[in-house]
This record gives sequence, structure tokens and C-alpha cells, in this order.
Amino acid sequence: MSALAHAGGGGHAAPVGPPVERRGTWIPYLLLLPGALWLLLFFVVPLVQLFTVSLQSQYPGYPGYYYRDLNVGNYWSALTEFAPHFGRSLLFAGLATFFAFCLAYPLAYAMAFKAGKWRGLMMICVIAPFFTSFILRTIAWRQILSDEGPVASVLNTLHLLPGGHITETWMAVVAGLTYNFLPFMVLPIYASLERADPRVIEAGGDLYANGFTTFRTVTLPMSMPGVLAGTLLTFIPATGDYVNAELLGSDRSTKMVGNVIESQFFKVPGGYPTAAALSFTLMALILALVFVYVRKFGTEELL
Amino acid sequence: MAGFREAQGDLRLENVTKAFSEFVAVDDLSLRVPRGSFFALLGPSGCGKTTTLRMVAGLEQPTSGRILIGDTDLTGSRSYERPVNTVFQSYALFPHLTIRDNVAFGPKRRGLKDAARLADEALELVQLPHLAARKPTQLSGGQQQRVAVARALVNRPEVLLLDEPLGALDLKLRRQMQVELKRIQTEVGLTFIHVTHDQEEAMTMADTVAVMNHGKIEQMGPPAQMYDLPLTAFVANFVGQSNLGEGQVVDTDGDFLVVDVSGSRVKILRRRSQVESGRLVFGVRPEKVRIHRNRPTGIGNDMQATVVDVSFSGVATQYLVTVASGATWSVYEQNLDVEPIDLQPGDRVWMSWDPSHAFAVPDAGAPITDGAVLSDVAPASVAPPIAPAPVDRP
Amino acid sequence: MSTVSTRGTGSTVYRPSMARRIQAWFANRFAMITAVLVLVYLFVPVAYTFAFSFNNYRKTNITWNSEGSPTLKHWKDPCGAPGICEALVNSIQIGAIATLVATILGTLLAFALVRYKFIGRGAGNIMTFIPMATPEIVLGASLLTIFVQGFSNVGLKLGFWTIVIAHIMFCISFVVVTVKARLQSLDPRLEEAAQDLYAGPGATFWRVTFPLVLPGIVGAAMLSFSLSFDDFIITNFVSGSETTFPKFVYVSYLRGIPAQANVIGFSMFAIAVALVIGGQLIGNARKPK
Repeated sequence: MSALAHAGGGGHAAPVGPPVERRGTWIPYLLLLPGALWLLLFFVVPLVQLFTVSLQSQYPGYPGYYYRDLNVGNYWSALTEFAPHFGRSLLFAGLATFFAFCLAYPLAYAMAFKAGKWRGLMMICVIAPFFTSFILRTIAWRQILSDEGPVASVLNTLHLLPGGHITETWMAVVAGLTYNFLPFMVLPIYASLERADPRVIEAGGDLYANGFTTFRTVTLPMSMPGVLAGTLLTFIPATGDYVNAELLGSDRSTKMVGNVIESQFFKVPGGYPTAAALSFTLMALILALVFVYVRKFGTEELL
Repeated sequence: MAGFREAQGDLRLENVTKAFSEFVAVDDLSLRVPRGSFFALLGPSGCGKTTTLRMVAGLEQPTSGRILIGDTDLTGSRSYERPVNTVFQSYALFPHLTIRDNVAFGPKRRGLKDAARLADEALELVQLPHLAARKPTQLSGGQQQRVAVARALVNRPEVLLLDEPLGALDLKLRRQMQVELKRIQTEVGLTFIHVTHDQEEAMTMADTVAVMNHGKIEQMGPPAQMYDLPLTAFVANFVGQSNLGEGQVVDTDGDFLVVDVSGSRVKILRRRSQVESGRLVFGVRPEKVRIHRNRPTGIGNDMQATVVDVSFSGVATQYLVTVASGATWSVYEQNLDVEPIDLQPGDRVWMSWDPSHAFAVPDAGAPITDGAVLSDVAPASVAPPIAPAPVDRP
Repeated sequence: MSTVSTRGTGSTVYRPSMARRIQAWFANRFAMITAVLVLVYLFVPVAYTFAFSFNNYRKTNITWNSEGSPTLKHWKDPCGAPGICEALVNSIQIGAIATLVATILGTLLAFALVRYKFIGRGAGNIMTFIPMATPEIVLGASLLTIFVQGFSNVGLKLGFWTIVIAHIMFCISFVVVTVKARLQSLDPRLEEAAQDLYAGPGATFWRVTFPLVLPGIVGAAMLSFSLSFDDFIITNFVSGSETTFPKFVYVSYLRGIPAQANVIGFSMFAIAVALVIGGQLIGNARKPK
């Protein structure tokens, strides 16, 4: 995901040599130590703990009290009971990733090739909404998309809205996910397009008369590392998100895995093992998808 | 500057070898570059010339062998400890510093008090004092190149290394910079080592040219001498263009060897042949060959051929012909005659040349490539007089 | 887009039809028009938030009350809602500490991973990448279990510092990725040139490498702060009773969000924009033309 290199700005691409080889020195370990220790203590160890929790069993009759066990049944019940939520998570996240890509690519393309002196300003416009708290913006969407709001009323007058509502449906949830993770799609694509040599694209335009052919055969492949990073940076958080489903969706038909995990942790007594099993399944699922995806389209740049 | 080595004198490489795991980039190389000379290392990409340069600069350490300036052994010392500076291929100007700070970088690191004044003087030398306050990205390619030269020269190094410094410039600017660099070298009198794959650039600028191939020096000497008498088939084709043919020594005739080249008997001056008997590769430069409709008399060597292509370029006409062995030769004919012989593809012709213009090199066993394919630049128009070959062989 | 006709008289200039010209005009500007529309889309909720900060609402700030609106009363008293400014100060403090620590640790990691070959380099790369490929809810859940079941035994209670710890953890990955990219695009010949010009290892690093990587580090720090400041999911898991600004908004959603939240949310946005634009203007002014 080096395509995230957006924030650095102005570095021109130069032929890059191999890393400076200094074998047999302790310096890299010294540099590595604090960060690695932090990640070990607050990323790896918690995951191990979560894994043991996912295998715990409850003392019968004492909700909230567990003992160490190898209760694989937690996974089985989590998966069977909450399969629809998993399905929804993947579906909603997939849709949101697709829509975000459709919106982000023209924006990134315009920033890289058409914006000229407006480039900096456009970059600010992409990042700045972050600072208005995404909860606040999601709630704003809820009001804008509500039945009395402008969007729903216009669609309803035109009889274009089956069911008559946007909020409390999957549409609002997908719209919210698309909106919230859009910058994560724009920035990597922009970074990889910016590094591409516009002369190569011009040469493409020379070889193929058709603008679309040029785009498909020259521009898009050049921005692939960015597209790859962008889709992952959108899909992964969208799959695990529960705020959009909570604020924009309904209680029954739009709940995602994130909502279940959250409520099992905070609202269901004795829900820890189930929540842990769900979390672990979600993580495994995503890592597997990422692995397959990177293998298929992968570049080494990602790591 | 701690560890800095003062050293003066000729640059010497003694049995220098550089191996990268399996690949031997530079193979047992020895050479001596006299102080104050303009020396060119010429060769195709991957021949080891850049590695050689980087070892002199201290950016690589040789696997074995020694590098000396005068009597000071610099082997093992780091780049920042050597009185050697480099003009990098991509210039490598520091993008975050102004032009003046770029040029003053070296003097400042050496703790010189008047670094800024030295920088301004160096910019004066490359005629860019008015750009001192700019950043490198605001300069054109040619200007950046001059700054890179100034940044290296300001340190008055014992040896200045130029790593294909003109490669990124367009042809016109390149010619201009060639003249400029030569002027600067004459003015400052430092040892310049210029690495390039452009044989014409090497020939026009350098006092001495060394042709490298596969990590070894194939031949070294003044450009004119190297052009006149190549010692290997590779040099014959890399420096200018040559018509080559495999041959067999069949007889001797006084100062001459008699060689059979696919059916034709040709003569070669003995002292211009690296081989006395057996198989050899015979060669003659395209502009030394004359072309005739009928068999000439009294010139010496001749051979029959068929015209394949004729291209007229004003001062000269280039003919491509095929000879009996099937090889393609090229012939440059200066348009001196009032009535040019009007040849068409397909015509049978005779070629002739003076035996003292031919040369012979060892048959390396490799297939002989067409001279016309390997070299892209026309040879210098006038050949120097034949000289005996006191060539330093590595 | 007009071309000379090859048919007919040959002397008249061919003008494409109006429809064709409109089509060409759009094709040429398609990307830019779409881009502007997408930017507008990004700003719709921000504009909504801004507008409703002037609402003179009765009970909840959901519908526009035309009586007495627009009003400046929420802007005059941004801390008027109980707890809101404490939450904001918490968020800023957490963001600042997390950014500082994550930027330092992540930059060191990036240097190690790009500049050295050593045993464990591959593992190091994967270890810094996986937190980014892990959904926030899993990070939050795992941290909650370890904080509750493990680290609370050594006196670490859920609150301010557990939030800081968690934020540092997820920011490190983003810092590593950003700084790594900058380091990788650094021309190695610049450092060779420095060495060639008598700079030892220390001078090479401080005079050439570091200034050239600095924009990447600054970018990473900005990214860290914005991620930390806007994080809700992980924070919600590890915060206990401590509040941050996003958490404050989320929690007060059921009761009705006070317009002061709109004021603060929009102000943070405006301040960020002003800082970035100001920074760029100063940068431009310094550059001699």
C-alpha cells in the first residue's frame, strides 16, 4: 500500500536501487525494537487473548463467568446463527467498494491530470471532511436521506422509491459506507496516477484513437497498485463497520457482523466467547480474501 | 575532515576484480591514468565500466586488487575520504537545496570557511552564476548538468569522474557540452575519467580511450590509433565500423601475410596482424574500400561483390554489398569523381583496397557480426597515418 | 475539433454538428465535471452540519425551526453542552500524543524495513501490514479483552491511556506505509552524491536523507492525527467511561445532538483547511521564483 504515499507530496520518481545492504549489523533491530514491541504487546498479544476467549465456555448458570476451554462449538454457533450478518457485511462492503471506486477514479484522475493549480485545493477537499467527525457526517446523512428530507421526497414524488424509504434500508447503509470510505479510495489511486508519466498516456492516445481504449490498456493498468490499495482500504473497514448500519439502517434487516460483535460484547451477558469467535472468523475471512486478491492482482508494492 | 586522504599523481588500478555473487563485473583490471589527462572508458552497457568508476569513487569496494592515486593506496577507504568527485548520470542534485548550497555542499563538509565564495567561483566557471538562488527543479537539463559539474569541480579533486553525464541531453546540447567539458578540463588541468557508451563522444573528447567488454579492457590507446588498428574484433566493430571476414593464413610475401577469405586471396601487412598463422579475422574500414565496375589493376587487394543497397548522402555514397561468403560489407565512397559511377542494386562490382589499410585480429571463435549492425555512427572521415602499435595491453 | 473536409469542394472548413461539439466538450471535461460533483457530494454533510449549527431548535436539532433561526447562540457558547469541550480536549490530547509516538516508532520501523536487509525483515513487513488489514472492530475487541482480562491486573484501567495505546497501535501501520513509500522513492544516488562530496554517514543522513524524507514524515503525522481524532470504533471498545469527541456525538445521538457539536465539528474542519492552506502559502512564499 505504498500508494498511500500521497501525503508526502512533490517527490519525483527516480530509478530506485536496491536497499542499502548492510548485513550483520544490529542497527536495524534497534530501529525495529520499539515499534515491534508495541505491535507485539498491543496487537499480537490481544489477538492471542481474543483467540483463547473465543474458545472459552461459560459456567452454567453464571452468565459472564467463563473457564478456559477448547470449545470449538462457539465458532459453529456463531457462524450458523449469524451467517446472514456475514453475508450482509460482505455484500454491503462489496457494493460500497464498487460505488466508491466509480466515484473515486474520475476524481483521482482529474486531480492527477486535469486539475493543474487546483490540485492542492482538491486534495484538501478530499481530506478535510475527516475533521468534521464521521459520526456527525453520518448523522447528517440520516437527516438528508430521511423520509422528510429532500432526496426521499423527490424520489417519492417521482414514484422512483420502492418502499418509500431510504433510511432504515440497505440503500442508506451502502450509501453511508460508500461516503465514509471514499477518501481511502481516492488517495491511493491519486498517488499511483500522479506517479504515472503523462507522456506514456499521451503515447497511448497516439496508438489508440479511442479514448476508452487508451484508458483501458494504458491508464488503468498503470494505476492498478493504487486501485488495489484503495479497494482494500475501503473494503476492509467497511466489512467490519457497524456505525453506518446502526445510524442509517434498521434494527432487523440491515445489521452487519460489526453490530453483532458490538452487541455481544456490550449488551448480551455472556456474549464474550461468541463475539470473540465472530471477530476471529471475520478477521480470518478478510485476511483470506486479501491474500487471494493480492495473489491475483498483486504487486509487491502492497507490502 | 577526519579520514580525508590527500593524494596526488596518476590514478592506478592494480588487478582490480569486482564480483557480485556469481557475476564478475570487473575482471582483473589494471590500468594507469596519467595525471591531468582526459581518459574515456568506453563500452556497451553491462561491460563493467560503471562498476569500475564506482570503485574509483569509493561507492563500491573491489573484491580484490588495489586502487591508488600517486603512491597513496585508497583501497578500502570510503567515498567521503577520497580526493575524487563524481558527476552522476542523473546529476543527483539535492532537490531541497539551492544551486549555491548544492555546490557549496562539498566545501562545507570539508570545513572550508569560504565555501560560499568557492561555490560562486565554480558557478562562474560553468557560466551559471545568475541561477545560484534557484532550486534544481527550476533548471533545464543542460543547466542541471553544469551545476553537477560545478558541484564536483569546486572541490578541486585529484580525479573527476563523469558517469555518462551527457546521456540525458539532446544531441545539440550534447555537442555543446562536449566542447564545454573539454574546455573546463583544459582550464583546470585535472584528471577526468569519462564513462560512456557513445564511441564518438569518447573519441572526440578523450586523450586516451579504453574499450571495455565483459569486465576486461579490450584495447587502450589514443582514439586515432584505436580506430586505425583495432586489436580485437569487438573493438573493430565498437569503435567505428568494420568489414570483417574469417580467413586462413596460406602464405607469406615479404612484409605481407597472404590470407584466404572465402575464396579470395588478400594481403595484410604483417605488423598490422595480431596473428601470424592459422585462422584469423580479417578487417578493413568501409571508407578505405574503393568500388569499381571492372576489376582494377595494381591496387593490391580486390574482391568481387553484388550491390544490395545504395544511399547517397551528399559528401559520400554508402553502398551495401554482399561478398562471396554471404556477409554484407559497407563501402563509403567520397563523391570526388565528376561522373559518379551509377550503380544499382543487383550490379556485380569489384572492391579494392590498399593492403596496408587492412588489419587482422584473432578469431575468438564467436560468430562475426556485421559491422553495419553494431555501430551506429559513421567513422571519422580521414584516417590517420599508419603507426606502429606501442599499445599498453592490460 | 474542426477538421478540413476531404470530401466535397475541399475548400470549406468542416464544422462538426452542434451535438457533436457538445459531446466532445463533455468528453474532454468528463473527469473534471465528475470530480467536482464528487467533491460536492463529499461536502454535502459538512454543509448540512454547518447550516444546522445556526438552528434555533427546541428539543432536538433535527428539523429546522424557522422561528429565531439562524441564530449565533451556539457559536457564542460552544462549550454550552455539558461534557462536549472535555470530550474535545480529550480527543486533541489523545491525537497529539498518539501522533507523536506513532510517528516516531513508525518512522524508525520504516527506516529499518527499507534500508537494511536482515533476518526477520519479511516478518516485520507483514507485522506492520496486518493491523491495516484487520477490521477496526476486531482490533477494538481484542484490545478490550486484553485490557480487561490481562493488563488491568497490572493497574491499567480502561480510560485515557488505553485509548492512547490503541491509537498508537493502529496509527503505526499508516506511518510505516507512508514513510516507507517516501523512502523507496528516494533516489539512492542522492546519498551517494553526498558521500562523494565528503559527507560521512552522519552528515549524509542529517543533511540529505532526513530533509528529503521529512515531507513524508509530516504527511504521516497529519494522517495519524486525523485518523486518531476521527476514530470511534476502537475508541468505543477501549475507552471505558472516558469520552472523546466522536464518542460524545455518538452517545448523545439518542438524546439529540446539541448544536454545539455542529459548531465544533465544523470549526475543526475549518481550522484544518486553514492550517493546510496557510502552510502551503508560506511554502510558496519561501520558494524564490
